[in-house]
Amino acid sequence: MALLDTRSKDIRNLPGFGLTATLAVAFLYAPILFLVLYSFNSGRSISRLDGLSWQWYQAVFANEEIAGAALNSVLLAVIAASVATVMATAAALAMVRMKVRRKAAAYAVLNFPLMVPEIVTAIASLIFFSSVGLGLGFGSLVIAHTTFCIPFAYLPITARLTSMDPALESAAADLFARPWRRFTLITLPLLAPGLMSGWLLAFIVSLDDFIISSMLSGPGSTTLPVHIYSMLRLGITPEVNAVSSLMVLVSALVVITSGLIARKQT
Amino acid sequence: MRALAILLLTAAPALAEGDLFIYTWGEYTPPDLVAKFEAEFGVKVHIDSYDSMETMLAKLRAGGAGFDIIVPGDATMQVLIAEDMVEKIDVFAMPNFANVDDKWREVYWDPKREYSAPWAWGSTAFAVDTAVVTGDVSSLAALFAPAEEVKGRINMLRDMNAVIETAQFYLGVPRCNESADDMKKVLDLLETQKAWVKSYDSESKELLVSGEAVVSMTWNGYAMRARDEKPTITYVYPKEGYTGWMDNVAVPKGAPNLDNAKAWVNFVMAPENAAMITNYARYSNGIKGSEAFIEPALAAAPEINPPADAPAPEFIPTCSPEATALIDKVWTKLMN
Amino acid sequence: MKLHRLLLAPSLGTILIFMALPIAITTLYSVLTPAQYGGVIWKPSAEAYIRLLFERDIFDDTLTFNTDYLQILGRSVLQAGVATLLCLIIGLPTAWFIATRPPGQKSLWLMLVTVPYWVNLLVRTIALLLILRDEGPINRALQSIGLTDGPLPLAYNNFAIGLGLVSSFLPFMILPLYAAIERFDFSLLEAAYDLHANRRKAFFAVVLPILRPGLIAGGLLVFIPGIGSYLAPDILGGGKTLMLGNLIGMQFQGSRNWPFGAALSTILMAVTLIALFIVARRAAREET
Repeated sequence: MALLDTRSKDIRNLPGFGLTATLAVAFLYAPILFLVLYSFNSGRSISRLDGLSWQWYQAVFANEEIAGAALNSVLLAVIAASVATVMATAAALAMVRMKVRRKAAAYAVLNFPLMVPEIVTAIASLIFFSSVGLGLGFGSLVIAHTTFCIPFAYLPITARLTSMDPALESAAADLFARPWRRFTLITLPLLAPGLMSGWLLAFIVSLDDFIISSMLSGPGSTTLPVHIYSMLRLGITPEVNAVSSLMVLVSALVVITSGLIARKQT
Repeated sequence: MRALAILLLTAAPALAEGDLFIYTWGEYTPPDLVAKFEAEFGVKVHIDSYDSMETMLAKLRAGGAGFDIIVPGDATMQVLIAEDMVEKIDVFAMPNFANVDDKWREVYWDPKREYSAPWAWGSTAFAVDTAVVTGDVSSLAALFAPAEEVKGRINMLRDMNAVIETAQFYLGVPRCNESADDMKKVLDLLETQKAWVKSYDSESKELLVSGEAVVSMTWNGYAMRARDEKPTITYVYPKEGYTGWMDNVAVPKGAPNLDNAKAWVNFVMAPENAAMITNYARYSNGIKGSEAFIEPALAAAPEINPPADAPAPEFIPTCSPEATALIDKVWTKLMN
Repeated sequence: MKLHRLLLAPSLGTILIFMALPIAITTLYSVLTPAQYGGVIWKPSAEAYIRLLFERDIFDDTLTFNTDYLQILGRSVLQAGVATLLCLIIGLPTAWFIATRPPGQKSLWLMLVTVPYWVNLLVRTIALLLILRDEGPINRALQSIGLTDGPLPLAYNNFAIGLGLVSSFLPFMILPLYAAIERFDFSLLEAAYDLHANRRKAFFAVVLPILRPGLIAGGLLVFIPGIGSYLAPDILGGGKTLMLGNLIGMQFQGSRNWPFGAALSTILMAVTLIALFIVARRAAREET
């Protein structure tokens, strides 16, 4: 009977799910589209459209402060997400596949950063880095960001790893003598979607961060949100929209490129 | 890329000779002023921004921030000097000090001008859209006893000190108030008003221009920018009184490039340079002779030229711990 | 050194040194005395914790029970709870839908979901506010069609905050769920489908229990940051109501009471630590 089921009755296509997904995406994109639209505003307002013009994009490329801050944000996010993903993968492998004593304690530590309010992390980190002599700046930012990114990378990777059939890996153990080859040829590719999810989540979280970056940035390492927030006193212009639109464009390109590369490999 | 360079240097920030690190509000420093300084002194200027005085304070307090120039407000300067967090640079002895307007010399936060030079000053009051709010508006009653069509379209700044000070002006009770009775009256007034307030948002210019708010607490420079986009927006100097503030240039303790910092402090006291600040940020500066270099439209603007019958702005120092505790209590209850 | 220790060391070490230790210092701060202009004086004091529940009269030192801060805590929990529920209701079908698409479409959908997050939260939140408010496109459209007379109060209230929280945290629900659904053995499901009368029953009876780790992961990732959320209540709520994140922030800013801020944070962390430990116990048991 199962073989005769038509596609419309397949559990993969539950009614309303597609619609929900589309609406969810539309809801997420509404502010973005709004932002992009007003980045072309010929007037100075961020809520009243006067006309269309490239002036704000020109201003961004001329404005060292904003461009520098945006670049800092992206660089920071890439480094933090990557390091966190590597650490989290190692941790996930240990927690899921190996015998660990006091697993609950390890789990609690791994997820610890999630339960600390950002403002608290920010102040605590500020005091800590200054007193230890590491000072403020890009290095401290990387350390702090990597730290709070770890659980964000860890969760999707673990979810993926838990569901992977260990039988595949034991079969591989028969074929490959060394665990490292087993790891890179079988485990890692299977784990890939989880790794991607983890990296993306960590990247997002780092890019978004405001309070911690605000506290720990030193000379030359202001991040974008900190810069924008301090512009609030003097007035936000569509320049901010323009920077944001550019970041969307760049990230879309990055994601598309990585998707294409991934497809080539399979 | 600057960021990569800093990354390599974070362990021991060995900042190069010929640099100046400025820590200030975003979009507050004219790019052409920076270029002029760089050309004249051969120093590379780096600007970083903070979102609030408190963040800046917290960072300086924790030490190791590595900045040469900061731009604190008057009340914050008071705290910085009291806590020995700024260098004594003897601004009064600098060549360009002669240009500082007399009324900005003996200021409450730095009576001998040993630590700070004027950057810009302004006032905090409110603005109305005269297309909606008719009649003669000169009183804070516009905020606290609004007409029907104004109710629900009022905006207050998200600044507990500014809001409470405004309420205190209206009620005629002292600022930095340590009386629980007075503050109870303030709380009652603000709670009554809250029903008519749309938001407590510092983006007052945006709200006025878009029409979301027809009456809004605002800073004078912001009101001017609002008027640029919507000519019916008028800044009001309330007869009950209003707050003044001055942002100052100062050098944090332990600044890596002390000489460059002093050069900058002296530099911004020159009339044509101070005028650049005014032209860019739209706030008055404290330097004599800068009028000659200020854009004409700006020079005549009502937002930086109060009418003769307007009261003088009141500069309010940091309040005592008792007063601060009361302010905090009122704000927490109001926002609950 | 045993392999599993080597693998765990980087993560655990990083977190313990760069987060747990600083937090311990913060907890220490909660039992000190506030300094006049911010910071602390190294003198022990329980004042911060007393303040949570009681108000001390500044003149005669008497204590009266005070619900101000409890109200703020309660409101934050409620708001975060509602947001989590909404994220679940919207996120689960979305994640299911994405995970069950053919591979090409799957990556496209994933990209669609995450690209908005490359725009900073502050800017996104402001954009959302601009859309929702009286003079924004939604209200203007409704009025021009004639559906409403005056503007609907969509912004500067709890509704807007809720919307903002959902918008902020939706991918944190979708992505873990997606990862969990991805590995699903659908043939298992076809069999279950045979046993149950229809898809819906099969979904709830068979699928959901297996997805539980993903659901919990997603739920935690939304709820916990949600309670301490700062920008959404600040910008979308019009700054009219304080949530816990704002209250804590306030202590390190205008209110200059670091010990109190530290105490608030410590309480919050203690509560979530307990919840997390319970979940961790169950997760650890399930994984072995």
